[in-house]
Amino acid sequence: MTDLSINFAGIKAPNPFWLASAPPTNSGYQIMKAFEAGWGGAVWKTLGVPVVNVSSRYGGLNYRDTRMAGFTNIELITDRTLADNLREMEEVKKYFPNHAVIASLMVESRKEWQQIIKDVENAGADGIELNFGCPHGMCERGMGSAVGQEPAVLKTIVEWVMEAATVPVITKLTPNISDIEDPGLAAVQGGTNAISLINTIKSIIGIDLDTFSPLPAVDGKGTNGGYCGPAVKPIALNMVRQLAQHPEIAGTPISGIGGIETWRDVVEYILLGCTSVQVCTAVMHYGFGIVREMESGLRQFMEDRGFQTIYDFAGKALPNVVEWKDLNLKHKVVASINADKCIGCQLCYIACEDGAHQAIALPQNGQTRVPEIIDENCVGCNLCSLVCPVEECITMEKRDSGKEQLTWDELVAADAAPVAFNDPRAGGNGHYVPEPVKALNK
Amino acid sequence: MAEYTRPQSEQEFDQNFKQKKPLMNQTEAYMESSRCLFCYDAPCVQACPTHIDIPLFIKQIHTENVEGAARTIYDMNWMGNACGKVCPTQVLCEGACVFNHQHVKPIEIGRLQNFATSQVMTAGKPLFHPGAPNGKKVAIIGAGPAGISCACELRVLGYSVTIFEAKEKPSGLTVYGTAPYKITNTEALTEVDYLQKQLGFQINYASPVSTIEQLQKLEADYDAVFLGVGNGPTAALRLPGEDFENVIGAVEFVEALRFQKHRIRVPDRVVVIGGGNTAMDAASESARMGSSQVYLAYRRSREQMGAYWFEYDLAISAGVKSVFNASPLEILGNGKATGVRFIRTTQENGALNEIPGSEFVLECDLVIKATGQAKLADFLGKIQGLELDKSKRIVVNPVTFQTGNPKYFAGGDAVNGGAEVVNGAFEGKQAALGIHAYLTNS
Repeated sequence: MTDLSINFAGIKAPNPFWLASAPPTNSGYQIMKAFEAGWGGAVWKTLGVPVVNVSSRYGGLNYRDTRMAGFTNIELITDRTLADNLREMEEVKKYFPNHAVIASLMVESRKEWQQIIKDVENAGADGIELNFGCPHGMCERGMGSAVGQEPAVLKTIVEWVMEAATVPVITKLTPNISDIEDPGLAAVQGGTNAISLINTIKSIIGIDLDTFSPLPAVDGKGTNGGYCGPAVKPIALNMVRQLAQHPEIAGTPISGIGGIETWRDVVEYILLGCTSVQVCTAVMHYGFGIVREMESGLRQFMEDRGFQTIYDFAGKALPNVVEWKDLNLKHKVVASINADKCIGCQLCYIACEDGAHQAIALPQNGQTRVPEIIDENCVGCNLCSLVCPVEECITMEKRDSGKEQLTWDELVAADAAPVAFNDPRAGGNGHYVPEPVKALNK
Repeated sequence: MAEYTRPQSEQEFDQNFKQKKPLMNQTEAYMESSRCLFCYDAPCVQACPTHIDIPLFIKQIHTENVEGAARTIYDMNWMGNACGKVCPTQVLCEGACVFNHQHVKPIEIGRLQNFATSQVMTAGKPLFHPGAPNGKKVAIIGAGPAGISCACELRVLGYSVTIFEAKEKPSGLTVYGTAPYKITNTEALTEVDYLQKQLGFQINYASPVSTIEQLQKLEADYDAVFLGVGNGPTAALRLPGEDFENVIGAVEFVEALRFQKHRIRVPDRVVVIGGGNTAMDAASESARMGSSQVYLAYRRSREQMGAYWFEYDLAISAGVKSVFNASPLEILGNGKATGVRFIRTTQENGALNEIPGSEFVLECDLVIKATGQAKLADFLGKIQGLELDKSKRIVVNPVTFQTGNPKYFAGGDAVNGGAEVVNGAFEGKQAALGIHAYLTNS
């Protein structure tokens, strides 16, 4: 029997699907509705001194007919009074004692931190999340990502929090730094019980071509926003795995955030070591109901593979994420086009011809539009299979024996590759490139 | 039981003749344009007789550069709007769309084309300018698609252009001979008006050119003459009873229908003789006018019809019944047709044989002959040096469209025997380039 329940650093929840601290968790009304819909936990929209917000707050990045492939916001933390939020938090816990309610917090002084922790604990919060991530507005006031970008300050505040907190503490990190390991390590050294990431990415989502104002526009002006949504998932996945692999951070529970919309996204985060996930943009796009797809897909995935709990596969992808120098240089794949499936769009041809390695030829006989792979030119880059609009039409076929293993370090150690220009072998490996003038009559 | 009730008003007529390719709205165009794969060396472009860069204009629509899209279309085809509506796209661009190979609905290229062109047309937005006057004059006979296209291209090249049109309106068969559900009179006429306003060619209406004297005057007054004369009235079947009052040619029937709309009364029982697209149109139109029993009779088999399958399907869906392998022997009646006597046919090695004793009668109140238009051989014979082929089509140089008389160029139905608007548009444009080469000795 599949069991989706989790115990995340001591915070228990019926499933790993949590709402991230954001507009969907602005009120008790929304969180109760979300729990009814199937969410296992919610991180309350960040509490602090209530802010004043601007009108016009969000912007979307559309790709073709896909709305909000990326999303940005310039909304600040809660603009509601602490008393209202605490009263509603208490009520939510009364109705949903087994769901996880986590209070996201952002204040300035040690005194304020320790006071607000008592307040939310009294209201029944199951955990606390420290908002060190918000990259717009609040950072100008020395909070949010301004803290997340200074590991020393971050560590100090975590220490203040740990002095006062009796419930588990999650430190939420900003991706707007050079190396996520620095704040991650600082949080662990400060004593945090868990980490969540990523918060949003500093961004300008677009410019209005008529008014020249950045979007979203506030009276003709704009500011950098926090970027999120499906487009940021790859960045978040890499940061998650960096922390999960770090020897001093590994073992600290990680709640994954960034572009999660479907069960597939959820599984990827778990495979890279997360044991809870947080969702915002997908809910802002489709409502709380999307959790049904996530839950159904996750259950199916686990049943198909015989996983009882998410801990059975959490982190299973981590050993496979290695450094470039550890990749096997003897691995060889070559593209193969299934002529029966090919619809003749020739996107693979032009992509390879103009954008990659000139390893695809057009058919010469005029009877068909199916291009042909020039095996000896194909470097196995995948591009053709990525642009192909037909599922399983272009596949990458393994051509190595599978018996040989050679890494870059081994290659260099065996003195089998040049590492400097003055090496006589530094003329490249000689893979095919056409003469430049051949381009002129194409 | 008829599928349609008799239209009593213009609204009811329009309802019965609802546009098969209605104008797309913004959202539809956005969604549909997003599906285009942007194929390399796209099959749709190859399939278009005018070689419009279809993937480019679709991408331009998607990026809200609708004016750029319209320019891409008109650059290649002066009848861009009409072609979007009346082209048999199922067998041209849309028929070539690679999605067909995947059993995915092809891109609605015709409607997208219309979306772009109708916007500039309705806004009266000029995209082209006449070239600097080069002092040379060209006369064009016929303001159909070929003539108008030739005129536009010549104006861009700086020629003074006068079109002599026998009828009261321009567009030729686009407005006089196309089924009303394919294009409205307003749409067809608006495009010519739009082109005329920006390019400034002269059209003399009700100005038939038919005598040797008129031709000689044109030859004296103009540097070149383009023949875009199309074909003549419906050809005679040479059947007894053909001169009865309720026996009409399909071309004449469509013309009356397009201009008198609900004011003409098509009788209850109609027999349409023929197997081409015009026959399908006439049958479909009769049914839409409320005729309760419409028979389509063709002397050969269904597979041998010249009509496109989708035109046949359209007629059948309108309630038309078909009779194949039935050759007409005579039209019965007494000054007024009351039926058509047919004989069954078989075929052996392509030869049509009548089956003795298989005669039968289809009773009717109207006979529509859709057996092709007569060629204008008498008129064309008046032009010295003009060469006609066995089917009385004007023989031209396939590149320059110059005729046997070097001063005369020709294109459209008079040359191709009777094809689509898009063929006329292409040939008229090519002929203009031929005229330019001839008059500049280039």
